[in-house]
Amino acid sequence: MPMRELRIAAFAVFALACMAPAQAQSPYGIGRAATPAEIAGWNIDVDRDGNNLPPGSGTVSHGSEIFDQQCAACHGARGEGGIGDQLVGGQGTLATSKPVRTIGSYWPYAPTLFDYIRRAMPQNAPQSLSNEEVYAVSAYLLHLNGLLPTEATLDAKSLSAIKMPNRNMFVGESRPDVKNTACMTDC
Amino acid sequence: MSQPTDMGEGPAVTSRRRFLRKGGALVGGIVVAGGLAGSEASAATENADNLPPNAPEWMKTPGDPMGSQLYGTPSPFEKDVVKNIPKNLPQYLSASGRTPLQDLDGIITPNGLFYERHHGGVPAIDPEQHRLMLHGLVDKPLIFTMDDIRRFPSQSHIYFLECSGNPGYKKPYGKTASDLVGLLSCAEWTGVSLKLVLQEAGLQAGAKWVIAEGADAAAMTRSIPIEKCLEDAMLVYSQNGERLRPQQGYPLRLLLPGFEGNMSIKWLRRLHVAAEPAYSREETSKYTDLMPDGSAREFTFFMEAKSIITRPSGGQRLNSPGFHEINGIAWSGRGKIGRVDVSVDDGKSWQEAQLQEPVLTRALTRFRLPWHWNGQPAVIQSRAIDQTGYVQPTLAELLAVRGENYFYHNNAIWPWRISAGGEVTNANA
Repeated sequence: MPMRELRIAAFAVFALACMAPAQAQSPYGIGRAATPAEIAGWNIDVDRDGNNLPPGSGTVSHGSEIFDQQCAACHGARGEGGIGDQLVGGQGTLATSKPVRTIGSYWPYAPTLFDYIRRAMPQNAPQSLSNEEVYAVSAYLLHLNGLLPTEATLDAKSLSAIKMPNRNMFVGESRPDVKNTACMTDC
Repeated sequence: MSQPTDMGEGPAVTSRRRFLRKGGALVGGIVVAGGLAGSEASAATENADNLPPNAPEWMKTPGDPMGSQLYGTPSPFEKDVVKNIPKNLPQYLSASGRTPLQDLDGIITPNGLFYERHHGGVPAIDPEQHRLMLHGLVDKPLIFTMDDIRRFPSQSHIYFLECSGNPGYKKPYGKTASDLVGLLSCAEWTGVSLKLVLQEAGLQAGAKWVIAEGADAAAMTRSIPIEKCLEDAMLVYSQNGERLRPQQGYPLRLLLPGFEGNMSIKWLRRLHVAAEPAYSREETSKYTDLMPDGSAREFTFFMEAKSIITRPSGGQRLNSPGFHEINGIAWSGRGKIGRVDVSVDDGKSWQEAQLQEPVLTRALTRFRLPWHWNGQPAVIQSRAIDQTGYVQPTLAELLAVRGENYFYHNNAIWPWRISAGGEVTNANA
């Protein structure tokens, strides 16, 4: 191929490459636009910093009442566990032979509590609690774990500010972490 | 939907019922004896009228007419090949059921026997009312119907899926292959490349994670690194040729080849493109690996190389010395299986097993080794080596590094002990 044609071909490839991002927006034209209201309705993700926590608040004492009605049957009267996970206690046990993983001993981020209770609890009626009730139950569970005083009220700001005791104990992937050798004889 | 339609009256039906009654006794005999044995037991239940030199009764009358079953089911003689559901669980909404690996051949798990893990029960979703929302760090947030999803270019791949906790590290250890590693199955998945769907919305700078959410009562949520989403992740609507079963995420699921099973979100309804993971409960409080020093590994995605002998295996019995094929499965979340070694002398020596083609990336691979059992007690085991050169470890090696409270990602070698009488049991138990 003569040099001039090579240059044109190279330019064409370059031009196509530049166009690719614009074309990539809707290569197939499938689906319809999601409206902000639709996204707001479905997006219940609360991140570890508390972003997307809703307005509202709840108290430890109100949370205690809701917990008795909605949670205690599975998680025990004071979160000691039953059919459902133990939610309270266990701090200081993770490095022992009998670790007890609870909200207070294991969970790294407090806003996750709101996220999880809202989306999945109580197990027999998920997404049935109001945001105020979810704040209240979260406050009560943090109180039972010694992380909030009795008189506390929890909202987006105060929940996001709580530093969980086990916050810094999570590390990344480090596997493969064992090295077996493929011995074939006299092993 | 399709109930068996063999409820009518007629000569063929009557004959079939008689056949079933006799068959039931025979099945019982096989179960008592175990999968590989049976000569004594079947001698007690077999009917000489059906054996040489006589013609069996099922040749002397017509069989069931066409249409007896609008959706076929296994032979009634296979009624004991079912999912292995643990008894006495505290509750069954967030629970798992196992594939009977020791009763299956090949690499494809039948859809009815595919392992299950749900976190809030199995939802009944009308596909007409199901939507997938794609939003976050995209140029154009989109909503798809199931018809929309099926309009995208399709692809099919065979991949295994395995629960991260398969099994734990603590005694008591399971008795059968299913008890030990039955939260493992393999299927041909059909759907669309997640990359195509993400490109449809246009990824923005800073898109590093995709948070996937299920439409179940747990609103199950996991964060997937964008590299995986653009590599081989799929949005799946069919499994082994038919639409997904409800237990597998009907009408739409995520499929992340080689990653721990819970991340392949079922009943998928939302993909949230983000700069950071969600740090959801299921990737902090659960599905993190606690080390002996109290630290915990998070975002441990890959299922590492693993294998198990499924025949002969725990609960079965060799009914006589002589030829027996050793047969099993191997797999690796990091790619293809490179080699499987088998030892029949308690790990003193190993020999390379034959691999059944095709050997596929992140799929089950069937291996076999011809073996003459001399009738003496023996310990047999298999060891997988994947394409990265990684060698499946022993349980002792794993425990030395991780301790017994690690819980997830146990890919240990599981040896089987064979007694002089031919009984096969878990040698680690």
